[in-house]
Amino acid sequence: MSVSEYPGVAACAACVATPGAVSRAAKAAIEGGRELHLSLPTIHCAACIQTVERGLLARDDIEDARVNLTRKRATVRVPATTSDAQVVAAIAALGYEATPLDSATLSAGESDKAARDLAMRLGVAGFSMMNVMLLSVAVWSGAADATRDLFHWLSALIAFPTVIFSARPFFGSAWRALRVARLNMDVPISLAILLALGMSLFETIHHGGHAYFDAALSLTFFLLAGRYLDQKMRSVARSAATELAALEVPTALRIGESGPETVLLKQISVGDILLVQPGARVPVDGEVISGTSEIDRAFLTGESDPVLVQNGAAVRAGEVNLTGALQIRADAVGENTLLHALADLVSVAEQAKSKYNSLADKAAQIYAPVVHLLSLAAFAYWVWATGGDIRHALNIAVAVLIITCPCALGLAVPAVSTVASGKLFKSGLLVKHATSLERLAEVDEVVLDKTGTLTRGTPRLVTDLAEDDLAVAASLASVSGHPRSRAIVAAATARGVQWLPLEGASEHPGMGVSAQMNCQSVRLGRSEWIGAGDDSATVLDIGGRHIALSFEDALRDGARELIDALNAQGKKVTLLSGDTPAAVGHLAADLGITDWRAGVLPHEKAEFLAQRSAAGARVLMVGDGLNDVGALATAHVSIAPASALEATRVAADMVLVSTDLSRIIDAMRIAKSARARILENFAVAAVYNIVAIPLAFFGLATPLSAAIAMSTSSIVVSVNALRTK
Amino acid sequence: MDVLVILIPISLLLGMLGLIGFFWTMKNRQYEDPEGDAVRILRTDYDDHPAP
Repeated sequence: MSVSEYPGVAACAACVATPGAVSRAAKAAIEGGRELHLSLPTIHCAACIQTVERGLLARDDIEDARVNLTRKRATVRVPATTSDAQVVAAIAALGYEATPLDSATLSAGESDKAARDLAMRLGVAGFSMMNVMLLSVAVWSGAADATRDLFHWLSALIAFPTVIFSARPFFGSAWRALRVARLNMDVPISLAILLALGMSLFETIHHGGHAYFDAALSLTFFLLAGRYLDQKMRSVARSAATELAALEVPTALRIGESGPETVLLKQISVGDILLVQPGARVPVDGEVISGTSEIDRAFLTGESDPVLVQNGAAVRAGEVNLTGALQIRADAVGENTLLHALADLVSVAEQAKSKYNSLADKAAQIYAPVVHLLSLAAFAYWVWATGGDIRHALNIAVAVLIITCPCALGLAVPAVSTVASGKLFKSGLLVKHATSLERLAEVDEVVLDKTGTLTRGTPRLVTDLAEDDLAVAASLASVSGHPRSRAIVAAATARGVQWLPLEGASEHPGMGVSAQMNCQSVRLGRSEWIGAGDDSATVLDIGGRHIALSFEDALRDGARELIDALNAQGKKVTLLSGDTPAAVGHLAADLGITDWRAGVLPHEKAEFLAQRSAAGARVLMVGDGLNDVGALATAHVSIAPASALEATRVAADMVLVSTDLSRIIDAMRIAKSARARILENFAVAAVYNIVAIPLAFFGLATPLSAAIAMSTSSIVVSVNALRTK
Repeated sequence: MDVLVILIPISLLLGMLGLIGFFWTMKNRQYEDPEGDAVRILRTDYDDHPAP
């Protein structure tokens, strides 16, 4: 054990003398290890799992690795000495891209205890249903007298604890509805289950022939299956959404007494001095106190051109610093930031949206009272017809309640939504709200944002430069990380030009790059800095010769296909942008959008959407900026690309994970198909009720026919759901 | 029919065993990664780092 191996320990002379202490210290270091969660978007097969796990386990700086293929994630346990970057590099060396996820965000959102709870209840209900069904088969095949009573008692023994455990979600929900004097779908369900059990127990005690224990249990099972599917679908979307959130670790660099330190956003207070590195996002609203740079405000205003900021300029959370390091003083934190003001806007709009009446709600509103009235009518009729035989009348009333109970209705919507969201997930869309699929199917107008939505938000060089000039520009640009510099480098690489040797290349933050070449001064930067004008255009200066360079925002993949398809479907397309009229008009003409507005302020976007919806239009809003947040929340249904800030993704109903915009067309098609399937399922349930209710009403229903009818209708709606394309 | 006195308790007991097994798999979080488990079982090498 050499001294150089443990420099920290060797600082204490006594420790070297006691090797036990050293090994304990080493062990503590391992126990002090941590778990790291990584997103591995590209893994897909058994070989991938093997490569990643083996490759990581073979390394000394990693203790354990486990890949989860379903969530496309890896959990890696590393000693405290191993950094995130080391692990990412190790996985990259194995040929897979990996992104570390913020464990705090993940664990906060990942309490899918509800889904596990439902699965447990579903499993118990399924188990009991099978057993009671088997016992019932004996009764249906003609068991009589003591044997039948025995089987009924056994069924009761299984059914009561199961219903108490498994049907609790229905009872709870029904009670909450009844307490505020409302009826929901769970009220007839709970009533049917409880009455069926009570009636069956009464019949069993009095040696009666009809017991509905199996019906009560299959009712519980099928309806829980619907609930489970619903929960599962939402937890998949939620877990993917949390993953997106966990990709953005909410930290900032605070300048403390001992230099910059990384702190969590919520630890920042007003007056703190923060350092914003080039390429980083401004963490809070504040004022620049030193440094010069250009910032990208596209997220906030939709402007695609970078803005110059210097001492005293105000910056807002969410803006991206492009060229030079900035020191800012935090002016507003937490609830006072612009971001938080936007979040308030969202919650107001969200309340309006939660009033949306889903198809299932509409069905339940008609259904619940009808069932109760029918059942009551059956009871009254039979009391009168039999001259006061309450037991017989109650028997028939229970049969009506059981037969009409919305097994198929409870499954109709969740089964279709599960299939549809699965399909959307595969094509790169996350459905966040349960009703957003239905709302998407109703869309007749589309409003789009420009910067970051239709375009990528990264510029492309459009000026056709001579090869020599391009070589100069690219050589200069390679010094800087500014988006426009990168665009020039990309253009030069595509043309295959030779790099030129530069001397003394240096970046002037917020201005440009200068260097010496063959004893000539060359510069690339803002025109007012070069001295060629006072607009924000980019100019190349080669020994006094000025060449203006122009850029355009590159289109996102599938943008053209999306607009063409929308136009072909006859849907009205509007482009709302905060950018300059010239930039917006050019893009609109290129894509064939006739209706566009430029220079739109954030609240004007939201007002426009509100106007359209007041005019009766159902608008789909697609946007990524903070200036779109209000509009996204106001729209009938909204989609945000995954590249948007978290605040924007929260406001949107769906998140487009894929980079291809034309997936929105697929989404609209799938939503339409899903809506059609839901309506078909309702029709199936209605036809089934029209046939079954008269039979039950006139006392022709037996426990056997109830069991057959219930299972058949549930299977029919589930199979129909699979037809969603 | 006397045989029912033996058979019914046995069948209930076996059923309970199945139910306890189901509880155990839920508690053990065996449904966390169904896709991964489906492909892992076909691996030819021995998985000496099973899920915790």
